[in-house]
Amino acid sequence: MSALSPAATSPPSASVAPASHISPAQTSTQVECTHCRLPMSIVAGNSGPHFCCNGCETAHAVITSCGLDGYYALRDRLEASAASADHAPRRYSEFDDPTFRKLYCREAPDGLVQTELLLEGVHCVACVWLVERLPRVNSAVLESTLDLRRCSVRLTFDPRVGPLSRIAADLDALGYPPHPARRAAQRDARRAEDRQMLVKLAVAGACAGNIMLLFFALYAGMFEGIEGGFQQLFRWAAMILNTICLAWPGLVFARSALGALRARTINLDVPIAMGLYLGGAWGIWKTITGEGDLYFDSISALIFFLLIGRYVQQRQQRFASDALELLFNLAGSTAHRVGADGACVDVPTESLHVGETVEVRAGETIPADGVVLLGNSKVDCSILTGESRPLTVNIGDSVAAGSVNLQSVLRVTVVATGESTRIGKLLRMVEDAQARRAPIVRLADRWGAWLLYGLLLLAAATLIFWWPISPTLAFDRAAALLIATCPCGLGLATPLAMTVAVGLAARCGILIKGGEILELLARPGERGTIVLDKTGTMTEGVLSVARWTGPASVLELAGALCRTSSHPVSKAVVRHLNVAPRMKVAHSHEHRGMGLEGTVIEETSPHEWRVLLGHAEFLGTQNVAIPPDLAFEADRCAANGLSPLFVAVDGVCAGLAEMGDRIRPDTAAAVRRFRAFGWSVRVLSGDREEVVRHVASEAGISPQDALGGICPEAKLNIVRELTSKGRTVMIGDGVNDAAALAAASVGVAVRGGAEASLAAADVSLTSDGLLPVVELLEGARRLMWTIYLTITTSLLYNLVAASLALLGYISPLLAAIIMPASSLTAVAICMKSRPFRPSPRAMRGQTSPGRPNTRGALV
Amino acid sequence: MSVIYIMVPLAFVLAGGAVWAFIRAASGGQYDDLDTPAVRMLLDEEPASRTAPQQIRR
Repeated sequence: MSALSPAATSPPSASVAPASHISPAQTSTQVECTHCRLPMSIVAGNSGPHFCCNGCETAHAVITSCGLDGYYALRDRLEASAASADHAPRRYSEFDDPTFRKLYCREAPDGLVQTELLLEGVHCVACVWLVERLPRVNSAVLESTLDLRRCSVRLTFDPRVGPLSRIAADLDALGYPPHPARRAAQRDARRAEDRQMLVKLAVAGACAGNIMLLFFALYAGMFEGIEGGFQQLFRWAAMILNTICLAWPGLVFARSALGALRARTINLDVPIAMGLYLGGAWGIWKTITGEGDLYFDSISALIFFLLIGRYVQQRQQRFASDALELLFNLAGSTAHRVGADGACVDVPTESLHVGETVEVRAGETIPADGVVLLGNSKVDCSILTGESRPLTVNIGDSVAAGSVNLQSVLRVTVVATGESTRIGKLLRMVEDAQARRAPIVRLADRWGAWLLYGLLLLAAATLIFWWPISPTLAFDRAAALLIATCPCGLGLATPLAMTVAVGLAARCGILIKGGEILELLARPGERGTIVLDKTGTMTEGVLSVARWTGPASVLELAGALCRTSSHPVSKAVVRHLNVAPRMKVAHSHEHRGMGLEGTVIEETSPHEWRVLLGHAEFLGTQNVAIPPDLAFEADRCAANGLSPLFVAVDGVCAGLAEMGDRIRPDTAAAVRRFRAFGWSVRVLSGDREEVVRHVASEAGISPQDALGGICPEAKLNIVRELTSKGRTVMIGDGVNDAAALAAASVGVAVRGGAEASLAAADVSLTSDGLLPVVELLEGARRLMWTIYLTITTSLLYNLVAASLALLGYISPLLAAIIMPASSLTAVAICMKSRPFRPSPRAMRGQTSPGRPNTRGALV
Repeated sequence: MSVIYIMVPLAFVLAGGAVWAFIRAASGGQYDDLDTPAVRMLLDEEPASRTAPQQIRR
């Protein structure tokens, strides 16, 4: 049944049909099994679906009975497109390279090796089952443990039994292409941090629980009477536990408050830590003197609740960063090094050296900066420069790491690797921009200062009010006030609301690195600007047919002919047509750099057409005249930055395809929404000026706000300048945008972006287009409303507690009731809030390949 | 009732033991992955898997 999963489309479940079922019959014809496509023989003349075995027949029956027959058509189409770029099964021989071993593997003294691999296509329970049965598939594997949330598998294997490449190939065959887990040090550090947090939470919980038990006895004693010895015992016991709680888990708040004070700012942790530690110290004094009220239960519960809030938030942020990490690691890191004997060896990109030769096949990313040694091809540099048109490269031309080879095999001499490549320098710029960015001042922290002053003022008022009666009583009341009004609900509200929002956003395909970013997105503020990249953000980012002029039958003929070619233009035409071919191509010839020529036959009738495809000069050499109306259209489209492609049938020019990077249908609507929210919208692109102008005008942006031909450095400077004037949101995808993404107040990386932009951005979108950005802005506004609501209610509670304390009506029991009540109200409001609404449209983004599951997004 | 003078410290020792056990478990990595174990228990352990490869492992 594995054929039901999309992962199994490439090797159509060879395991379903054992070879023994294919027995040669006497009077037979060779056909393919309808389900698994294994060759099989049937009795001649028998029509209808054929199956090689019962398993395939059952699978086919189940699929059709569920109304999923579309699967077979989809499979055929996917395979047709995959067939053009030859898909030999990957060998993963770079996994055996010593450099790889050093980078990603850990060797145990007994000769066993441990490694962690990130897997594509991990979704559910069945994946856990399959991946953890790996030791049975490959005897070299001793243990395999899958982490469903991080989509990573931890392998223990014996290199003496079998190589890692074989294990990787087995994983690939199971439908989980593996990738090495990079940045292991960071992951380890984060793991240690998570464990620390959990331990603190446990200690705080244990202390709070036990103190609560002791205080139950004390409160009962208040009403029923209690023996003095027992009272002293409980008080001292509670004091010891509370001191542990303050000295260990409570330090989280003390450190944060001290850090803020050292930076001469006040965050929310300052009033919290003040309440906790002053209350704690006063309590210790009261225990030693043996009289007066104690508030240890409130203090320890406060620490526990606040830590829960932080833990939940941290966990949520891990989820987003894990998802991003996966995307980051999916980027290929393999190069084919050409050895002295001319043979190719797969090695990790990290082990390449200057002067070596690498082979780059069609569809692969160029691993290092270099000079073309052999071959000519077209290269897509859009990720580096933002230019949508592929560049033609010949022997002697230089190519940059990160650009994609589109057409045919190239051999490249490496000139620079790693950090010294153009892309490496851009990445350094990204880090630089990130380091220079001002930290976000959270809303709650801004309120923290006012709270602190308010509380200090109230405490002073209490002291002055009660001083004439008794100084001890005055201190008692002031301490009670500080504890009872500790802004716990406030401290809990924002993290919880953010966590809910970030979790729901992840289900909408919006991955947010930190909740604070949502505060910035809620309102444009003064001179808030949204800066859009063009290629891949406003447009689809791939060459396609933007417009077709001419009869549909001509387009169909052109499409049939294009099927025979692997040129980017031909592929775009085939994609545009998107129907199963009805014509056959009898003969075709590609004039390099000129056009395509061929003869097309319809299957049902014997009619033949001679079809020509190409630009005007090519048709001219073939003696085909271009009619004036098409020539006029061609001029118009060239002025818009599109390239005209003429189609001639039997010597008559009959159609014109305008080739270019098509604008997404939802771009204009999204721009209107941005404006409605109060943002101004600008376009910065590395593409040619006229193309950028045209796309901007179609999206409803005036030409003076659209700048083209901008290099990454200039982009960074413009965004920096805008950011110094007001809030900026940069939306882009390429490496050329990465530095600008990092410099903007908020960077949003759109789907399919480069790893660098994912690393630099605060938000990354897993579904296409700008509509998710609109959703993001709306969600941020709804979230802020929730936060204001919780803050207001928790301030109301604080106000009640403060007035009670000031008037002397506060008691430990009352404080112990008000405080959790305020926290629970905050939690309830946050949990009921729905800042992001996962809609069916947004949910589609989840099915994209390589997208990690979002289960368990909410704690 | 003076047994309370012994019971309260004893209860502390017990609670301390529980906290110590939790800390050990957490730093041993038992709480690193909170999602997969929840589904792993749904997978049936087949009788065959108790033979050769797993016994070597444990």
